[in-house]
This record gives sequence, C-alpha cells and structure tokens, in this order.
Amino acid sequence: MDEVLLRSLTPGVLAVLVRRGADFAAAEDAVQDALVEAVRVWPSEAPRDPKGWLVTVAWRRFLDATRADASRRRREDRLDEEPAPGPAPTVDDTLQLYFLCAHPSLTPSSAVALTLRAVGGLTTRQIARAYLVPEATMAQRISRAKRTVSGVRFDRPGDVSTVLRVLYLVFNEGYSGDVDLAAEAIRLTRQLAAAIDHPEVAGLLALMLLHHARRASRTAPDGSLVPLAEQDRGRWDTGMIAEGVGILQAALARDRLGEFQAQAAVAALHADAPTAEETDWVQIVEWYDELAGLTDSPVVRLNRAVAVGEADGPRAGLAELAALSDALPRHTAVAAYLHERDGDLPTAARLYAEAAHKAPTLAERDHLTRQAARLNADLR
Amino acid sequence: MAKYLLLKHYRGAPAAVNDVPMDRWTPEEISAHMQYMQDFADRLEKSGEFVDGQALAPEGSWVRYDGEGRPPVTDGPFAETKDLIAGWMIIDVDGHDRAVELAGELSAAPGAGGKPIHEWLEVRPFLTAPPTVTE
Repeated sequence: MDEVLLRSLTPGVLAVLVRRGADFAAAEDAVQDALVEAVRVWPSEAPRDPKGWLVTVAWRRFLDATRADASRRRREDRLDEEPAPGPAPTVDDTLQLYFLCAHPSLTPSSAVALTLRAVGGLTTRQIARAYLVPEATMAQRISRAKRTVSGVRFDRPGDVSTVLRVLYLVFNEGYSGDVDLAAEAIRLTRQLAAAIDHPEVAGLLALMLLHHARRASRTAPDGSLVPLAEQDRGRWDTGMIAEGVGILQAALARDRLGEFQAQAAVAALHADAPTAEETDWVQIVEWYDELAGLTDSPVVRLNRAVAVGEADGPRAGLAELAALSDALPRHTAVAAYLHERDGDLPTAARLYAEAAHKAPTLAERDHLTRQAARLNADLR
Repeated sequence: MAKYLLLKHYRGAPAAVNDVPMDRWTPEEISAHMQYMQDFADRLEKSGEFVDGQALAPEGSWVRYDGEGRPPVTDGPFAETKDLIAGWMIIDVDGHDRAVELAGELSAAPGAGGKPIHEWLEVRPFLTAPPTVTE
C-alpha cells in the first residue's frame, strides 16, 4: 500500500468532516483513526474509492466519539448519519487547512507539529520520532495547538507567508528517525502549489527541489559534511534540478519577486555550474543584494560576504564581513575561510578552531575542527 | 524547536541566594520543593516541551581503558571534584528565550523558609543536525 498516497488524501477528508459541521479537533482525531484503520485493512481489501472510504470511516468514528461523550448529547441530536453536504466552501478546503495549521496564534513548533499531522497525515508517534521528543510530549503539543486554533473560523483566507514559513521550517530540519522531513516538506509544498497560484509558493518549492537535488552529495559515507565546492556534482539529481529551475523561471517571469524566489535563484546558479570554479558568483552577489532588499536578515548579509569573497577576492569578502557583528552565527567560520583563501593560514587555523567551538551543529563542529587540524598539520 | 539541557549542580555553580543545604530544611520544606519540581515537569509535559528529567546520585567512580585483555581501571570517587552534577532536565522549546524563561522558573523552586532558592542553573543548547538550506 502506498502510504504517501494515503496521506495525500488526509486534508481533503478532514475538510469534508469540518464542512459537515464537525469541530476541527474532533474531526482531526477521527481522520487519524481512519488512517490507522486504512493501514490495517487496505493491504487485503483496497477500496475502489479511497477518499470516499476514508470519509465514511472517519465520519463514523467522529459520530461514535461524539455519542460517547455524554456532555455533547445536545450536539449529537443535530447530527445526521447521512449529512447534507453543507455550505459550499468559498476557498479551497485544503488551502484552508494549511492556513489553520500555520495560524499566527501558534508557536512555530506547534504549527509545524499540527501541519505534519492534520495536513501531512503523519501519526503523533512519527512526528515525535522525527523531532526526537517523547510521544506524550508531542501529543500534548498537538492537542494544545488544536485548542489554540479551535476558535478560528474555517472560511477566511489566511496569509500564505505564514504557511510558507512553517513548510520551510519542516524542510530545513532535514531528516531524522523514520520520517524524511525534507521529502515530506516537498510533498506538502507541492500540494499547496496545486491549491494556490502564488509565485512565492512556487519559489519555495523550487528552493526545496534545488537543495534536495544535492542531498546525496552533501555528506560523505562516514556522515561528515561535504562543502558545496567539494561535492561530487555527478551525484546531483539533474531531473530534480531541471524541475526546480523550470518552476523558478515561471515564477520569476511573473515579476513578483519574494524572498524564496531569490533564495531559489541563488540555489539555481549553484546547480547550474558544472564545476565549483565555474560558479557565477557575480550574479549570486546580485541576488543577495535583491534578498537584502527583501529581508533585513543578517544571515543574508553574511552569505553575501561569502559570495563577494568569491566574486571579488577574499579581501573584498573580509571587508564586507568587517561591517557585520561577529556575534552572528557562522561569522567566525566565514572569517576563517576567507583568511585561508587570502593565504593567512595561522589566522585561518585559529579562527576555524574558534568557529568549531561555537558551531551550532555537530556536523559543522566536526567539519570545522578538521579544517583547523588540516591547516595546523600544514603549518607544523 | 531547539533542545536545551537545564543542569542542576550539587557543587560548582555560583552560590544561590537562599543558600541553605537541604539537610537543614524542615521536612515540609523538602516536600514543598519536591512538589514544585514535579509540578514544573508536569506543566512542561502539558505544554509539549518536556523531553527528559533525571536525578543523579552524588557519588560515582572514574573508569578508564587499561589495555587489551585487561579489565578497566576504576578509581574514585574523589571528594575534591569541583563540579558535581545533581541532575538535569531536557526541554524542547521554540528558542533560547523560552529556555531561559523556564530555567528561571525552575530556579525559583522553594527551599529553606519556603522561599525561592534562586539557585544557578546551567542552560546548554544541544548540537543539532545541520540545516538543509546552507547558502
């Protein structure tokens, strides 16, 4: 049985229940029950209409749960076994679910958890494993999130940028445990792109595809990080790159530039270079200029300093860097790299060691420690 | 979505404001302290931020490899060890500000006289997996 196909039906089924008058939290629980039931039953007896099957089972579960709750008896009386279709939705149901799960009243971690469960159809256990927290903790996070959005009306359009931020967070978390969060983020963004025509949704999808295409080359067999310049470009997924570039070009042609399109443009220029030496750093600097105009993120300025270092030489990069606070994450690592390129190996070795000390991730720490060790060995 | 370790020290942290050793507290004060810690953990579980909490025995031993075919060498405990970990709590929160806020609450656990201990807790971020988007 194709679990991804099954999960792709989740938002549609949930939307039907909500449209029939079920409250969001109860409907979401019922859909989860139906998904579990499908995993159990479908392998031996696949239904001809999978979505219809899920709606029927979920609706029955919802009614059972409602009936079991004596305090809700009054509401039960209003529910029919064969409900009327309800008011016609004004905005696409799936889209509404994305908006609800990314509602600004939710904290980022709650929005991520709720999106993965209600839109992605993942179980609480899968989400807990992906984020390395106990299942009970994740269950509480999700039920709190559902309570937080329970008063939100389901028929108002939301702000698509909040949804994109949540999907970006999921993607950037990478993958751990038995759930590939990056692949899941791509699937959810694809589904969103099908529901709404928006250049930034396309931009984010392109960004994800262009990064995901390089995934196999990003780590060595021993798990250590391989920097972009040293990656085996023969292992990049050219099909995925072509798709990302195509989506990006169509989005850019609409002339409504946004942050994700600009980031994707940088990724596309990297993907486009047959070798690291042939990278068009001048254009990359221009895209970082665009990005700096769209966001005031200091991370963008740091990345721009790296690009300037490649386009105009390490001294120019260091001059850019000098204008930025050295408290920025990865500032020291960038300084170390630029000093090495400039030929000042003792300074570079010292800064690599210092950067390793401050590294926020294990793989980066190990990578930076190796850089320092490599230079120190040469200096002896 | 970042994990932090809240470390509680028996020894090695700067002195607390209400710095009276636990064996000089009244039994009721000890109970109130334990209850506060339990309630704190329960609250974190309900907010979906709890990962783990453990207490450690104050004494352990040092162990090291002693060569092929030989049993490990053990030594200690050493009474003079400067830093002594009492226990920890691991939380999964939206960011550093929230971790500090929670550590502040934990540090307010009641001690002697039923007053907050104001003990110093160490807050350490976990190293994470690298982000997918790097440039």
